[in-house]
Amino acid sequence: MNAFAAFAAGLVFGIGLLLSGMTDPSKVIGFLDIAGSWDPSLLFVMGGGIGVGVLAFRAAGRRAQAFLGGAMQLPQARDIDGRLIGGSLVFGVGWGLAGFCPGPALVSFGAGYGKAAVFTAAMLGGMLLYQAAERLIHEPRRRARHGA
Amino acid sequence: MTIDWNHFTPWTSLAGGVLIGIAAAMLVLLNGRIAGVSGIVGGLLSPRREEIAWRLAFVGGLLAAPLLWRLFAAFPPARIDAGFGMLVAAGLLVGVGTRYGGGCTSGHGICGFSRLSPRSMVATCAFVAAGFATVYIARHFS
Repeated sequence: MNAFAAFAAGLVFGIGLLLSGMTDPSKVIGFLDIAGSWDPSLLFVMGGGIGVGVLAFRAAGRRAQAFLGGAMQLPQARDIDGRLIGGSLVFGVGWGLAGFCPGPALVSFGAGYGKAAVFTAAMLGGMLLYQAAERLIHEPRRRARHGA
Repeated sequence: MTIDWNHFTPWTSLAGGVLIGIAAAMLVLLNGRIAGVSGIVGGLLSPRREEIAWRLAFVGGLLAAPLLWRLFAAFPPARIDAGFGMLVAAGLLVGVGTRYGGGCTSGHGICGFSRLSPRSMVATCAFVAAGFATVYIARHFS
């Protein structure tokens, strides 16, 4: 049941991305090109998503359990640090270079675009690099710092 | 700055955004989870057994969306200008960056803003600013 709901959510999410125009990298780059001929459409995607989201997360915040029974797992992190900002800057550079972020890349991959498959494979590679760095560099350092 | 009226699609983009918001609402209210694509995919790469099914199902929904779409309409236009090397570089940066930053356009941009999380608002400003700067340099300096 949980997996079925997650599949349905992914499906609606993907249809939303297709309808919004965000699966077209040239349109995303048109939004990011504020110095040129600017396409503000992405602001409307954000507005529509956040408008619904504010109501949903307000309701979610009042519940300890999700409607299908699992625990409500909202992010607990509050820290605004170098990892958050540095990581987001690196993500933004990649986003600007190709016009793909993770969701639209997966949807375009599903639509059969070979270039989206290349981007998605590299993105998974980047995520594995992060995991390797976590395991080999950051985790041992954290352990050393906390003396465990 | 000039507005690109030819490509500006306020209504379909707003409607698409509303659907994305509904999807995020479904996942958090039914499953208790954040619809952040990079986090969901990243969690599949070091899977814990009870975490696999819903993550795979969500990604399956994203991959199946174009198949459902094609039953009713032609694909919306998509132009991918980046070449192979650029796609690889961009994908690596997006993969590494979203994991260090703890989210992407969906997790920070839509869900985080909806939760009024200052952390997500800072992250969103950072990646949008970096995107602006990157496109500025790529388009107007070369």
